Amino acid sequence: MTAATLSPLPEEKQPLVARLIDGLEAPALLWLSGYLAGVAGQRLPVGKHAPAEPAAAPEAQTRLTVLYGSQTGNAKRLAEDLGRRASAAGLAVRVVRADAYATRELKQERLLYVVISTQGDAEPPDDSRALVEFLASARAPKLEALRYAVLGLGDSSYPSFCAIGRQLDERLAALGAQRLLTAGEADVDLETVAQPWLEQALQQAREQLKTSAPLAKVTTLRTARTGPVWHREQPFQAPLLLNQRITGRDSDRDVRHLEFSLDGSGLHYAPGDALSIWPTQSPILVDAILNTLKLDGDTAVRVGNDEHALRTWLATHRELTQLTRPFFAAHAERSGDAQLRALLAPAARDSLADVFSRWQVLDLLRRHPAEWTAETLVAALRPLAPRLYSIASAQSVVGDEVHLTVSHVDYALDGESRWGAASRYLARHAEGDNVPVFIEANERFHLPADDRDILMIGAGTGVAPYRAFVQERAERSASGRNWLVFGNPHFHSDFLYQVEWQQALKNGQLHRIDLAFSRDQAEKLYVQHRLIEQGRRVYEWLESGAHLYVCGDANRMAKDVHKALVAIVAEHGARSSEDAEAWLSQLIQQGRYARDVY
Amino acid sequence: MSGAALSELERIKANSRFLRGTLVESLADPVTGAISEDDNKLLKFHGSYQQDDRDLREERRKQKLEPAYQFMVRARLAGGVLSPAQWLSFDHIARTWANQTLRITTRQTFQLHGILKRDLKRSIAAMNHALVSTIAACGDVNRNVVASANPVETPAHRLAYRWAERLSDHLKPKTRAYHEIWLDEKLVAGGEEESEPLYGATYLPRKFKIGIAVPPTNDADVFAQDLGLIAIIEHGELLGFNVAVGGGMGASHGDASTYPRLGSMIGFVEPEQLLRTAEAVIEVQRDHGDRVERKHARLKYTIDRMGISAFKAKLEQRLGFALQPSRPYHFDHNGDRYGWTEGDDGRWHLTLQIESGRLADAPDAPHLSGLRAIAEVHQGDFRLTCNQNLIIANVPAAQRERIDALVAEYKLDGYRRLSGIRRHAVACVALPTCGLAMAESERYLPQLLPKLEALLEQHGLRDEPILLRLSGCPNGCSRPYLGEIALIGRAIGRYDLRLGADFAGRRLNRVVRENIDEGEILAELDKLFARYAAERNEHERFGDFLVRSGALPAARHAIDAEVFA
Repeated sequence: MTAATLSPLPEEKQPLVARLIDGLEAPALLWLSGYLAGVAGQRLPVGKHAPAEPAAAPEAQTRLTVLYGSQTGNAKRLAEDLGRRASAAGLAVRVVRADAYATRELKQERLLYVVISTQGDAEPPDDSRALVEFLASARAPKLEALRYAVLGLGDSSYPSFCAIGRQLDERLAALGAQRLLTAGEADVDLETVAQPWLEQALQQAREQLKTSAPLAKVTTLRTARTGPVWHREQPFQAPLLLNQRITGRDSDRDVRHLEFSLDGSGLHYAPGDALSIWPTQSPILVDAILNTLKLDGDTAVRVGNDEHALRTWLATHRELTQLTRPFFAAHAERSGDAQLRALLAPAARDSLADVFSRWQVLDLLRRHPAEWTAETLVAALRPLAPRLYSIASAQSVVGDEVHLTVSHVDYALDGESRWGAASRYLARHAEGDNVPVFIEANERFHLPADDRDILMIGAGTGVAPYRAFVQERAERSASGRNWLVFGNPHFHSDFLYQVEWQQALKNGQLHRIDLAFSRDQAEKLYVQHRLIEQGRRVYEWLESGAHLYVCGDANRMAKDVHKALVAIVAEHGARSSEDAEAWLSQLIQQGRYARDVY
Repeated sequence: MSGAALSELERIKANSRFLRGTLVESLADPVTGAISEDDNKLLKFHGSYQQDDRDLREERRKQKLEPAYQFMVRARLAGGVLSPAQWLSFDHIARTWANQTLRITTRQTFQLHGILKRDLKRSIAAMNHALVSTIAACGDVNRNVVASANPVETPAHRLAYRWAERLSDHLKPKTRAYHEIWLDEKLVAGGEEESEPLYGATYLPRKFKIGIAVPPTNDADVFAQDLGLIAIIEHGELLGFNVAVGGGMGASHGDASTYPRLGSMIGFVEPEQLLRTAEAVIEVQRDHGDRVERKHARLKYTIDRMGISAFKAKLEQRLGFALQPSRPYHFDHNGDRYGWTEGDDGRWHLTLQIESGRLADAPDAPHLSGLRAIAEVHQGDFRLTCNQNLIIANVPAAQRERIDALVAEYKLDGYRRLSGIRRHAVACVALPTCGLAMAESERYLPQLLPKLEALLEQHGLRDEPILLRLSGCPNGCSRPYLGEIALIGRAIGRYDLRLGADFAGRRLNRVVRENIDEGEILAELDKLFARYAAERNEHERFGDFLVRSGALPAARHAIDAEVFA
């Protein structure tokens, strides 16, 4: 980039900009562009933008709408990024969360981008359920005047990778809309796919709206936010203050309570937010992979502009503990193994999911040998992504600390340990070590007004955000009642934070607790059973405006809890199952039924 | 005492509605494995203590988990007798809900440890189903009545045991709370108002213990009991009982107002006077015992405060008759006789040594399984001894071989090879379950014994019978004040060394060294063993030798069992 391209700038400023951007990597430049767009937004004399305001038809003709559906905040971040860049490029744009979007406006839209994640295996994010349902239904209008593009986010360790994004993309086409771009499918390392897609999307938007983009009509997304000082690309090195196992010695789970210092970081978080960790893979695992493939860890490997030793690529830049479909396919190709190829057939979906749940990269490499070079391996493996953990502390109480509740994934396969990348990384760290972290806001999982009751449902480490909730509400002397429903295998060894809950009950900071210890009696007992037992009370709380939270396992717990809630609303609200579902969907849309599941 | 505030426990008892408290609610509270503090006190009357695994306390505190709360359940087995069917029930409960062990106590009963709150009710119910109650096994009431463990040698022995049973039943609390809480008995609507004719609503000021000894064996340590009864038998006929009152073992470190005391013999009663006499002793204690300071609430302090003659006068006033003068008797020893003995009816009794009374399945010593196997074929009964040992009793001659084979198969035949000190070693439970323990006891015994045996061996004393009693605290469950050698816990690894009791439970020992570690203990004993080996008279016991030779410091309290009348 040369100063010549900066011609709108006063001449004396041009060298400053050149100096500023000299040597910066793409992510920093992107951040800077967003930042400057925000500043520009503040200085432009335009009216405030209300995301959900009904669009006037003439405006819709000349405006880009970016819809997002987000569970953990990634889709939101990308959508806002796109909005900022479009706005900076002088385009009229609005960024709207899916559940704040009036679907009747669809007919007027001319240019629509959708950024949406897929939860688990083919579930939409909670804020998008209504939109996805509406589009799938017969009520969805013909959209022949619409041009659109979809960016899907997902996790390729699930067989139905980016299913929701793909589904919307196909449906919009079926409704007659014109696809501007192939749907993007961003994996956990989302920037790899997302940034080029956003770039193209921006380019397309410029072309589509070029005739009607006078500067005066620029709408900025929001007032400038300088953004967090520490973020994904530049994490804060947080000293570990405490690494304490909090399951009893006879538990088969190793759950850790971790405390980090954020002192000096300027980082802020709210109860419900998550802390992201950049893990380093276990050296034992890296060595095992190198040995299995007979590769030299010191081999220099270049990908794009980055060059590292192979060992470094594997340790800090590549996913090793989760198998992904693309890597599996690449390996099947290389090995020529018919058995592996068979698993890639659509009909073998469940078998493949089962393999993914048990095997890691190493297991595939060992059981079905194939030749890999250092370069091809690095290129085929998924880039490492940070791991999110719901924060277990309220900053109003712990100050410059942040606490996590992490289950150390550690199981034996072929007589060897297999670990979760981040939980292993955290478990083997000692107090005083630094860990790269950044905050991921999770606005859909925040506390309601102080006078609202909250019903917190969590199993296992899903109890983490509730520790933050109760701390915060106690600190604020919130008048709303707090009800915790917690489940885990054994009372004796797995009652996470038992002493703290006892104290909170005694102090009137926790008003009710129901416990489901699944293995303490002959029949298995889970949180949903406690909810059913307390069905009338649950319904009364919800009726009187309580906010409901569900945190923990997405595959079973969240689904079973949802079923229980449907049954409760049906029984105690005298509704049909369908009406009960609709009633709960409404709660979700009102932000009164929030999930943080994984 | 009038004017001073009653102890907290008196308030709890008074408000408990005859021992109910809020036990039902406490048991149902799912947030904790504990019960409320007040209910804790009441639970003892039902035969259970809340404890926690003290080995895990610090670890669990860091884990943000409450202590590993668990319950000890103690049965009420008068005279320590149980049937094979009852044995199998205890075995089942131990393996299903407790810590896979049974513990024979120094009061001739079973304790089960490690029962979780959620299993407490079914454990107690299962015992009751086997016709064993736990009521009043602990608490401020008359506890399990102990008796000489071999009351089958003669018809008089059998009678003595029957009296233990009758006393136990007669002095049982009458509240229905036990049946409601543990056995789901419904309250009878409009029924008679509940009362405790003997105890009253606040029960006794402190625990109360009764023991019966049949001379010449004092295995029940009759002078350590609040009420000690010595069966007087002439020509095979039970004439009655000498009565000793005010025995008790407990003391507190560094508090001279607390002390162990041997019972004072105040007379003799005939069998038909026994129940009323026991009742009257309890009544005097009920009305005159200290309800302000629990440390001074046992009968021994009541007696010392009012004087033994005043006590006897009050007692006789209630009885309406005078006690007869006590009769001559003789005790040889207070230990157990291992191996087979024959009863008067041709049945046989096998006494086994059980170290610290703990029946467990160790890899090389599957004792719990062995006794289960024996219980499955045994045609007689079992008797637990006050020295934590076990008698397989009433075996027909024809069955001896079978029992011997099982005893050998399951490595229960250790009694054949024991050193003199091992035959007479008693240790309380202490860590990790006992909340009072200051030092190890049961877990220390197996480490200490080989070291003592090595010393004794050096001095040619391997087979010399010596009473060794280990206690984790000064409260005295192992009756340590009656050990020829006793260690009383002060802190982890540190003990008071007491020496010089006799061999039959008639003389207390005294403090020789305070708060010393194992090295000092062994050095001290080494010295005294050497002197004993060199200077003892023929058949002179270690404790007697120490007293005679002047090796011991003066006693701080009266140490000999006294005859008052």
